[in-house]
Amino acid sequence: MSDTLTATAVLDEVAEGRQPIVNDLTIHVATVNGSGSQSSNNVLMRAIFQMGVPVSGKNMFPSNIAGLPTWFTIRVNKDGWIARKKEVDLMVCMNPQTSREDVEALQPGSLCIYDAPLNCKSIRKDIEFYEVPFAKLAGELTTDSRLRKLLTNMVYVGIVAELIGIERQEIIAAITKQFKGKQKAIDPNVAAIDKGIEFTKANLPKQNKWRIERMNKTAGKIIIDGNAAAAIGAMFGGVTVVTWYPITPSSSLCESLIDYMKQHRIGPDGKATFAIVQAEDELAAMGMVLGAGWAGARSMTSTSGPGISLMAEFAGLGYFAELPGVIWDIQRVGPSTGLPTRTAQGDVLEVALLSHGDTQHIALIPGSVEECFEFGSEALDLAEMFQTPIFVLSDLDLGMNNWMSDPFKYPEKPFRRGKILSKEKLDELGGKWGRYLDIDDDGIAWRSIPGTEAPSYFTRGSGHDAMARYSERPEDYKALVDRLAKKYETARKFVPKPVVDIRRGAKIGFIAYGTTDFPLQESRHQLESERDIETSYLRLRALPFTDALKAFVANHDHIYVVEQNRDGQMADLIRLEVGEDQKKIRKILHYTGLPCDARSITNAVLHMESNRAEMVVRAGVDKRAVTHAVSED
Amino acid sequence: MAESVLKIGTEAPKENRLGMKATDYAGGKSTLCAGCGHDAISNQIIRAFYEMSVNPVEVAKFSGIGCSSKTPAYFLGRAHGFNAVHGRMPAVATGAMLANRKLIGIGVSGDGDTASIGLGQFMHMVRRNIPIIYIIENNGVYGLTKGQFSATADEGSKLKTGVINDLPPMDLCALAVQLGCGYVARGYAGDPKQMINILKGAIAHDGLSVIDVISPCVTFNNHDGSTKGYQYSKEHDELLHQIGFVQAYEQIEVDYAPGELREVTMHDGSRILLKKLEEDYDPSDAVQALQRLHKATEAGAMLTGLVFLRPEKTSFLNLLHMTEQPLYALGEAETRPPKEALEKIMRDLM
Repeated sequence: MSDTLTATAVLDEVAEGRQPIVNDLTIHVATVNGSGSQSSNNVLMRAIFQMGVPVSGKNMFPSNIAGLPTWFTIRVNKDGWIARKKEVDLMVCMNPQTSREDVEALQPGSLCIYDAPLNCKSIRKDIEFYEVPFAKLAGELTTDSRLRKLLTNMVYVGIVAELIGIERQEIIAAITKQFKGKQKAIDPNVAAIDKGIEFTKANLPKQNKWRIERMNKTAGKIIIDGNAAAAIGAMFGGVTVVTWYPITPSSSLCESLIDYMKQHRIGPDGKATFAIVQAEDELAAMGMVLGAGWAGARSMTSTSGPGISLMAEFAGLGYFAELPGVIWDIQRVGPSTGLPTRTAQGDVLEVALLSHGDTQHIALIPGSVEECFEFGSEALDLAEMFQTPIFVLSDLDLGMNNWMSDPFKYPEKPFRRGKILSKEKLDELGGKWGRYLDIDDDGIAWRSIPGTEAPSYFTRGSGHDAMARYSERPEDYKALVDRLAKKYETARKFVPKPVVDIRRGAKIGFIAYGTTDFPLQESRHQLESERDIETSYLRLRALPFTDALKAFVANHDHIYVVEQNRDGQMADLIRLEVGEDQKKIRKILHYTGLPCDARSITNAVLHMESNRAEMVVRAGVDKRAVTHAVSED
Repeated sequence: MAESVLKIGTEAPKENRLGMKATDYAGGKSTLCAGCGHDAISNQIIRAFYEMSVNPVEVAKFSGIGCSSKTPAYFLGRAHGFNAVHGRMPAVATGAMLANRKLIGIGVSGDGDTASIGLGQFMHMVRRNIPIIYIIENNGVYGLTKGQFSATADEGSKLKTGVINDLPPMDLCALAVQLGCGYVARGYAGDPKQMINILKGAIAHDGLSVIDVISPCVTFNNHDGSTKGYQYSKEHDELLHQIGFVQAYEQIEVDYAPGELREVTMHDGSRILLKKLEEDYDPSDAVQALQRLHKATEAGAMLTGLVFLRPEKTSFLNLLHMTEQPLYALGEAETRPPKEALEKIMRDLM
């Protein structure tokens, strides 16, 4: 495709030695899982960040503790594009299992540092190779075999730094941060960095294709993963009961929460203002959340797709018996084990309708670490306001990868505890209270908290009337589920509104959500700068939809819903919502387990704009940024 | 046959120490079959809470699914109740107790709810020692779905349809002992006096109490060949001891010959008295407890009494080092850390 040709032309120009590309490259490191490369990659990423250059890091790791291949990709981009980019500019090959494949996937003209025994240079001629005897260099640093393995990784950091111009002082600062100031750990790592720098100076040819140069775009920014951000948000949102069952990629959410709560939510008397319980499974985790919510606590759990499936029965009870609680779903590729360490947005429909019978759930969809933080407390508010389970749909890419962000703002909004029956309220009602009486005509009734002087009621999953009495009467059941539907309608006015960017005259409207936002923003830029195509964009942030959606669809000729699942789950929900306009809805679907990239979206849109009959493009399966288009209808 | 209880103390007064009447502890009208063992248990729950002067407003009732699980609607109407999903009551109760450590929790489950679909949650609740009273109304069959065997049905027992159970029964008391529950008892719905003393002891216990009550199903499991009907239970009741209960405020001295009586002081200062029958029984000895349970099963006997008692075991809520004030009652001042805390977290991430 022409885009690929353009990119190659630029490469040729650079190869002639005219000018280096500054602060725009992708570094891809291939290692063996369990070899300790995570620290080295974090140091590399952080050093670039400290030079003021926007950067993002993605860990592509196997479902394995040690031995299988793992990759870490660092994208450096002066313009702040932090989505995954498929093209690799600088490869570091440390893994014999994958080195051939890694090298074969490179574009002509890329740089490749490799461990000498891998003999990568014999594979291709159109790559600039840098052969490094890592075992020998690490052997000169230490005789301890375990330490040698770890330091080997730090040596490649030194080599990369020297080759592309990352400042040594920033590497050292990053190491100091990584090892929390422990001199015993810092010293050998700095020695390894210097070993790499010296070797490069003495033995490797200089390159002038890519350079990192200091700039001023990261001052005051933080680096954090979405799970930690969600944990901090929940802590400042006043969560008190947390239950969880370990599952990748959600475990780190509750694990971060435990760490933060220990630091900030234990009083001077040593007493905790929270309870965190590792449950025996997700069914129990969900049951505990709802039991705690029923008893008046702000409660939450975190899980991933398979856990959501196990929570289905309780989700129905929570909806029907009107029990608050928050469930974070850090989506991954499913089912069962699936690809537990790969990302997806495949739980949208499952969560939207989770459980038996007539059930509809409110869901929040954060699109950045900042929103993970905000929704951490927002979800707790909504759970109490709507007395129902609130789901938060994050994903592995957002939850487990490191993202650059502005620092989070302290929440100024007071907690919203919803309609909790007080003595004053009961007096105001003249004693006429029923647990499920819709006094305010918004579908939300007043609830009383057990163990208080407020009047009691019996909570059940079986049919009940407005006074919470057991009932199988047809009119009672219908009134109950109709009121729940009304409550869902009310929620439209309270859930986070979509972020809408309308360009006047634009015929194309994008709709996306969650992590698809990052490549989508970049794709819009590509379409505009490369093709002069202006597009509008609506980023969904919640279910149920708000009124803005219908208007957006109505005002554009073609709507491209871009998401990371096979069937276009959100697109189908949108089709249900917009009625006649549903014929405008087209799907761009990226579901390889890797995060979606901008070029895949751009190519898919261009393809569909010139092939009007096609309504679906399944993108992102090719290594070289060429899209395979398949017509669905 | 020996009496199951020690006669001590005085008749209950017309009002308890809170000034409440027994009717203040009543619930809705039962919709179970006439003669159901479960109703007899509900009546003893009402009496036990009344006589122990527990404020019903401080009680939270939990249940799973099944005939037994309907009963919380039939006692302590002033308490909040939560009829959960099948086999999952332990999780709901755990969550509620975490939210409000001052709640007095009582859960009612059945043998289907606990021994089959809910076995995992039951065992983990025992392992955690969640401080509630957990009653299994055990009749060996699924009543609401019309009489299928449950996992506690005895080997060789017969359904009304003539089907014989070939599988060994699950002994929930033995499981609870094995998992370290501090208060394990077996009662019989046809012996209300023993039942109320077991219940009072459970109310006094700070920790999980597992009470397995043989509670005949008059409709589906009370015929010839049934091993959990009234007739069979009456004929095969084997007492571990006579049981007496003395409340903390009662000034009652009990005088018995040495070796005749065991006395255990509970968390709230009340005392459980256990009088020896033919064989001495030490309820703090898990090995002896398991031995007696096993022998009873082999002999086809229904062993009742206080099977295991270790009141000193720490409840889960104490292990969590929570504030005295229940978590649900904490406000923004207690649960939203100050602005400086967020600023520090942000600085560390820069």
